[in-house]
Amino acid sequence: MAEYDADVPAGIVMTSMEAVVGWLRKSSFWPLTMGLACCAIEMISYGGPRADAARWGHEVFRSSPRQADLMIVSGRVSQKMAPVVRQLYDQMPNPKWVISMGACASSGGIFNNYAIIQGCDHIIPVDVYLPGCPPSPDMLIDAVFKLREQIQHWPLLGHMAEVEKAKESIALAAPSTLEMPTTTPSKEIGR
Amino acid sequence: MSDQTPSAGSGDKAPERSGGDAGIEQVPAPNPVMEVRSGMWGGASGSSDTSGYNGLVSVVEFPGDSSRPYGGWFDAVADRMAQLVPGFSAGLTLVDRGEITFFVRPEKLLELVSALRDDAQLRFECCAALTCVHYPQMTGQQVHVVYNLLSYTHNRRIRLEVALADPADQHPHLPSVVSVYPHADYQEREAWDMFGVIFDGHPALTRILMPDDWVGHPQRKDYPLGGIPVEYKGHVTPPPDERRSYNS
Amino acid sequence: MSEQTRSGFRTSAGGPGSPGAAGREEFLAQGGDWSDIVAESAERGDETVVVNFGPSHPSTHGVMRLIMELDGETITSIRPGIGFLHTGIEKNMEYRTWTQGVTFVTRCNYVANFFNEAVYCLAVEKLLGITDEIPERAQILRVMIMEVNRISNHFTGVGAGALELNATSVQEVCLREREICLEFNQAVTGLRMNNAWIRPGGTATDLPEDGLDRLRDLIKRMSDNIPEIDQFFTANPIFRSRTQGAGYMDLAGCMAMGCTGPVLRSTGLPWDLRKKQPYSGYQDYDFEVCTADSCDAYGRYLVRLHEMFESIKILKQCLKRLTETQGAPHMVADKRIAWPAELSIGPDGQGNSYEHIKHIMGESMEALIHHFKLVTEGFKVPAGQVYQAVEAGAGELGCHLVSDGGTRPYRCHLRDPGFIHVQSIPAMCEGALLPDVVATLASLDPVMGGVDR
Repeated sequence: MAEYDADVPAGIVMTSMEAVVGWLRKSSFWPLTMGLACCAIEMISYGGPRADAARWGHEVFRSSPRQADLMIVSGRVSQKMAPVVRQLYDQMPNPKWVISMGACASSGGIFNNYAIIQGCDHIIPVDVYLPGCPPSPDMLIDAVFKLREQIQHWPLLGHMAEVEKAKESIALAAPSTLEMPTTTPSKEIGR
Repeated sequence: MSDQTPSAGSGDKAPERSGGDAGIEQVPAPNPVMEVRSGMWGGASGSSDTSGYNGLVSVVEFPGDSSRPYGGWFDAVADRMAQLVPGFSAGLTLVDRGEITFFVRPEKLLELVSALRDDAQLRFECCAALTCVHYPQMTGQQVHVVYNLLSYTHNRRIRLEVALADPADQHPHLPSVVSVYPHADYQEREAWDMFGVIFDGHPALTRILMPDDWVGHPQRKDYPLGGIPVEYKGHVTPPPDERRSYNS
Repeated sequence: MSEQTRSGFRTSAGGPGSPGAAGREEFLAQGGDWSDIVAESAERGDETVVVNFGPSHPSTHGVMRLIMELDGETITSIRPGIGFLHTGIEKNMEYRTWTQGVTFVTRCNYVANFFNEAVYCLAVEKLLGITDEIPERAQILRVMIMEVNRISNHFTGVGAGALELNATSVQEVCLREREICLEFNQAVTGLRMNNAWIRPGGTATDLPEDGLDRLRDLIKRMSDNIPEIDQFFTANPIFRSRTQGAGYMDLAGCMAMGCTGPVLRSTGLPWDLRKKQPYSGYQDYDFEVCTADSCDAYGRYLVRLHEMFESIKILKQCLKRLTETQGAPHMVADKRIAWPAELSIGPDGQGNSYEHIKHIMGESMEALIHHFKLVTEGFKVPAGQVYQAVEAGAGELGCHLVSDGGTRPYRCHLRDPGFIHVQSIPAMCEGALLPDVVATLASLDPVMGGVDR
C-alpha cells in the first residue's frame, strides 16, 4: 500500500486513506449485545476469560446499537424477533457489519418451520456466515478475523455508500420465508 | 400448609393394584379411539402406498384400564372427587403407566379444580402443566385440554383431560382456571395461541408466543409445519411435513 | 415531516416494531433532545412513564421484553412480553422420530440442556414401559452429566445475574469455571452444548477412556474454585443490598404462582423432585436439599450456591459407581430400541464405529436392514400419554408426551420452569424500584430458549 516517491522527504509514508481507516476500524470493533439463543452463550464465552476477545480489542460489547458497529446475530431469529433485529440494525450507524452466527441465523438450521426466519439474510445484509450449532468460540474468533480481513479493504466515503446500497438491495430482494415457493400447493392454515 | 408427607405408594410410582373386591360389576365403556390409519406409507404427502399393505387398517385407542379399583390412592382421590363434585366425570377414567387421567365435563371443570385445590384430602396446589393435544380424527372431541396437577402436600400427580368439540366456524370454549390456579395464566394463553382454545374468564387472553397479528394456531394438526424446501447441490429436499414418510 | 413531532416522538402506524398497529397511535422515542421529551411528557400531564425494557437488553437475561410503568423510580405495573425466541420445537418434533426428538429438546433450554434430554428420554421410556430396564451405568451417567450441567447452569445463573448487577469479575469467574464444565461435556459427549447425548434407552456413548480421570479432575477443580464465588459474593455488601429483599415471594406466593426450584426452596420448603419423586436412581445418592428462608433474590443465590456443592457431592458418588460399573452396558439391551451403532471418531472426525460399518456393509445383510429400519423409521412407541418431571436447575421441568403408536411423537409439551416463573415477575416487582427488577429477573434465571421453546 505504501509507495516510495523520491520527492517525498524521509520519514513520510504514502498510503491510501482507505487502508489507514480500514486498519483503524478493524482494530476497534464495537459489537452489539445481540444475544438470541444458544449461540449467544457461546458468544458470551467468546468474550470470556478463555477465548478472551480483549486480545484484539473486542471485549466491550455495547448495549446500545448507536454505539455499535458489529452485529453478531447469535441464534435463531423468530418471526416475532425479526422486526426487532431489523430495527436494531437500522439504529446502528454506518459503517456496520453483520456476522450471522450459527446454522439457525444463517439458514434456519434444523428449525425449518413456521416460527423461524430461514436465515437472517432475509432481513439484514450479512458479511460473514458462521456455521455450527452452536459454533465454538474458536470458530467465532475465526469469523471475526475473516471479517477483519474484509474491513481492511473496506471502501470509504462515496464508494462505501454504493457498496452498502448494493448489499441492501440484495437483502431486500431476497424473498421472505412465506413468499418462497413450496413443492406442494399451500394448505389452509387454521382459521 | 402441612409439610410434605409422601405416603407409601405415592409419587410417580405406580400404585399396586389391589385385588378387586367383588363390588359392583361394571362393564367399562370402550376406550376412545384416537386415530384410524390405513396402509404403511403416506403421511401428509398423500403419495401412494406401494408397500403392499395399503389395505391394512390399524385402530389406535387411548390405552389404559378404566375399571375399578384403580389401585393405591387413586381410588381414594377418585371417590373424594366424585363426592365433592358429583357428576364431574365425562364417563371415563384411565389408569395407564402408573398415571391416572380423569376425563372431565367442561361445565364442571371450574368447580372440580376448586375442590381439588382446597380439599384437605386432595390438595392439588399446582397446575404443573396445562397443555392441549389436537386429535383431528376424534369427531366431536378434537381438542383435548390436559391439566397435569401436582399436590405438594400428598406428593401426588393426577391428570385432568377435557375433550372439546372443534366446530369449523368457531373456537372451542372452556372456563378458565386462572381464578383457582393463577399460574395457569400464561399456560392458557399459550394454549390459546397454539391451539385456538378460548378460556372464558381469563383476564387477558392474548397471544403470547407468536406475534400479535399472527393468523392461525400453529400447533394444531391442520396447521402445516411451514417449512421451506431446502436446496443442496441441486437436490431439493421438501420440508419434513411434505415428505413421504412412514404412516404408523 | 408532519408526523415527526418537535421532541422526536414519532407517530407510528404499522412500523416495523408495531405489527398490526394501523389505526392506533403509538409513541416511540426516536432520539431528540432529552429535555424536550421530558417537557412534552410533562405537557401531557402523565404522572407515570411507560418504559420498554428489552427484548434486546443486556439485563433481561435473553430476549425478554418488560413493559414497565414507572412512577418516579417505583414500578406501578410491569408486564413481561415473551415469545421472541419461539422456535416451534414442539411442533417440529412431531415430524421427527423419537430419537431425533432429543436433538430438538436439547435446544430448548440451551443452558441446562441435559435436563431437557433427560426429561424427554424418561418420558419416552415411560411410554415404552422400559423404565426399569435402563442399565445401571446409563442411569449413573445420566446423573453425572445432569449434575455437571446443574453446576454449569448455576454458573450461568449466578454469573449472568452478577453481570446484570454490574459485577463483571464474578461473571468472569463463573465463565472460567463453566468453560471447564463444557470441556468435560465435550470430552464425554463430543459437543460443548446441544449435546443430544442422553437417548431413549440410555446414553449415546460411554465415558471416553480418560473419562474417569477427567471426572476426578473436574470434581477437584470445582471443589477448589466454587468457594471463590462464595468469597466474592456471599458477604459482599453491595450484592447483599441489591438482592436482599428484592423479588420477595413467600411460600403462599410460590404456591399461587407455581414457582419451583430455587425460588420455592428459598422460602424454606425442601421440595426437590430428586428426593420427592426420584428418577434415574437419585434415591440412592446421598445429598441434601438446600433451602433458604429469606424468600428473596439473595436466598435464591444461596440455594444455587449450596446446590453446586451438593452436586459435587453427588459427582463424587457417581465417580465411585462409574469405577465399579466399568464395561457395563450404557444402553438398553432391547435391540429394537437401542441405537444400533456405537459412536466413535472416524476418519471424518465423527461417526459410527468402524466395526459396525464393517459388520453391516460387509458381513450381515440382516444387520444392515435392521440398522436402516431403526435409523430411518425409528422404533414405535405404544399409544398413550405420560407426564414426567425432573428437577432442572431452575425448577420442575416437565414433559407431557403423547404417542399415537407411531414412530414419531404425536405431541410433546415441555413445561419449562422459566415459563412459569416469568409470570410471577409482576407479583415480585410491582411496588419495588427499577433496579430490583434486574436482581429479581436474574434470581428467577429464566432461559428464553426454554421459556419460548
